[in-house]
Amino acid sequence: MARYLLRRVLQAIPLLFIISLLLFIIMQGTGDPLATLGGRQPTRAADRERLARQLGLDQPVLVQYVYWLIGNDWVLVDPETGRYGTRKGVLRGDFGESITRRQPVTTVVGERVGDTLLLTGTAEVIIIITSLALGMYSALRKYTLFDQVFTAISFVLYSFPVFLMAYVLIYIFSIGLRSAGLPYLPTSGIFDPTVGRTTGQVLWHLILPVTTISMITIAAYSRYIRSTMLEVINSDYIRTARSKGLSERRTVFVHAFKNAALPLVTLVGLDVPFLLAGAAVTETIFAWPGLGQLFIQQIERKDYPVLMGLLMMISLAVVVFQIVTDVVYTLLDPRIRYS
Amino acid sequence: MSAVKPVTLSSERGEHKASENRALRRFLAHRGAVIGAILLALILLYVTVGSLIFSEADANFADSGRRLQPPSAEHPFGTDNIGRDVFARTIYGGQISLMIGLLAVTVSVSIGVTIGVVTGYYGGIVDSILMRITEAMLSIPTLLFLLLIANVFGSKFPSVQLFGRTFSGSVIVIILIIGFTSWMYLARIVRSLVLSLKETEYIIAARALGAHDVRIIASHLLPNILAPVIVTATLGIAGAILQESYISFLGVGVGPPTATWGNILDGARQFFDRAPWLWVAPGTLIVLTVMSINFLGDGLRDALDPRSDKSA
Repeated sequence: MARYLLRRVLQAIPLLFIISLLLFIIMQGTGDPLATLGGRQPTRAADRERLARQLGLDQPVLVQYVYWLIGNDWVLVDPETGRYGTRKGVLRGDFGESITRRQPVTTVVGERVGDTLLLTGTAEVIIIITSLALGMYSALRKYTLFDQVFTAISFVLYSFPVFLMAYVLIYIFSIGLRSAGLPYLPTSGIFDPTVGRTTGQVLWHLILPVTTISMITIAAYSRYIRSTMLEVINSDYIRTARSKGLSERRTVFVHAFKNAALPLVTLVGLDVPFLLAGAAVTETIFAWPGLGQLFIQQIERKDYPVLMGLLMMISLAVVVFQIVTDVVYTLLDPRIRYS
Repeated sequence: MSAVKPVTLSSERGEHKASENRALRRFLAHRGAVIGAILLALILLYVTVGSLIFSEADANFADSGRRLQPPSAEHPFGTDNIGRDVFARTIYGGQISLMIGLLAVTVSVSIGVTIGVVTGYYGGIVDSILMRITEAMLSIPTLLFLLLIANVFGSKFPSVQLFGRTFSGSVIVIILIIGFTSWMYLARIVRSLVLSLKETEYIIAARALGAHDVRIIASHLLPNILAPVIVTATLGIAGAILQESYISFLGVGVGPPTATWGNILDGARQFFDRAPWLWVAPGTLIVLTVMSINFLGDGLRDALDPRSDKSA
């Protein structure tokens, strides 16, 4: 196991290098960040040149990549004043500085991680519980009216783009309820500024975006649970469990559940890193100040250190969680052994 | 599985035909697939016959005197914020959305199959490098990556004239970037199929007879990976249509004057509550199209791949 883990970690290192190089090269095409600077355009050519030198934008791409990776505090950036670079590089935890906000990328990203995780984490918990419940129920009631209706609905929902789901929900539960004179759900932000950030407010504001994110994924996952559950229920050991007189409840919830829910570990493990990014559309629609919204805002401003940092952190999370998922799967399923 | 293998060439053809019929029967027995095929045919009729009734000029004609009108007999899906007929726009937008889906998949299938065959067949250092790149691409969150590239290349292409119509240059960009970011799963599937096919006796025999690599790949490997490629490609069209709608929705997709289902929806955002018809029509069309293609893909999988036959 330790050797397997070591091998996976060693394999992940070149992978991360390739990802970062790939992203860095594409990032060069986003355009001149000095052209916009979030609106505060430096007018004089001399200013622009100085700024480019300060930000290291006058260097060749590969040199910029090396600075981004290992920093430039060993490089004399300004021979006239004898000033050395200040960046430490990603390998030492420095993702550079946001061009438009003049703050470290880690700060800009850090202040938004919490709110994104609040949104997507809540959604993920609801997704897991609901799809397990619906999928298992549907499998146990195979070909009943419930199963048929549920199958039809999940096929439709599965084909929904996220933003359309958001539109439909907002139209019904916010605009519709408001015009009917009923209490309606809020559609923007985390809390009402006149009330302040209370738990009740946050929960109230969570309802629509969380439902938006969850519905489509629940449609997909519950179908998946249903089919694994059907496979398990027809297997020999379940027949054995039934024939030795175990109660139906015990058969289903202890024996069948364990194996039917197992593949969900992989799905969720691959999902977790995308919890950081996957809500970009939802966050934009609901004005939720999270990472997805940040990414879309900074794309417009061509703030590539932030974009690069965000994509790199998420990719790192993907790689790490892939390894974690495989390890957890081994621990949960004794039939699989890695060597 | 048939127990007796016919030996003569003519009866081999006969058997081939029989297996085609079997695939067709399995497809027709799949209720969802038939519904999907009919639905998709209706959508294709909508965007083709519709364009015979309305010209593209109608779809792009803006009349400020009829802004944001609700659906009426004259404008079945209402009008948008600058007075264009939404019905006509969904017809032309549909053509573009479907075309983007189809061509983007063509790009991604070409890349995916090439990389899958090369890595699986030749192995070695090429395999290691290409598979690391594949993994790298799989680790980057797709939507954000798409948005980034769309932003990089989005407005750098001039409009193009084709078939007497003007297409916004961004259509080509969107096709290419969706294609270039969606080949990875297919490459992996093809690679693993080629890896196992490579060891089969008839490939070894072909090689022993001195067949050239190109011949082995073209006439022995490719026909045997066709079924999973067709299924993945079909489902990929649905994915590409969705992705186009996402990037157009976020404003970095296909630009004006060309309409797509996605950018009609983007335009609907500001008038969301006042003019629901702006998003209901293109939204419904996207959902119906994606759903029918998904059904079709499922049906094809069951029909073409006997191993996944669970209905028996």
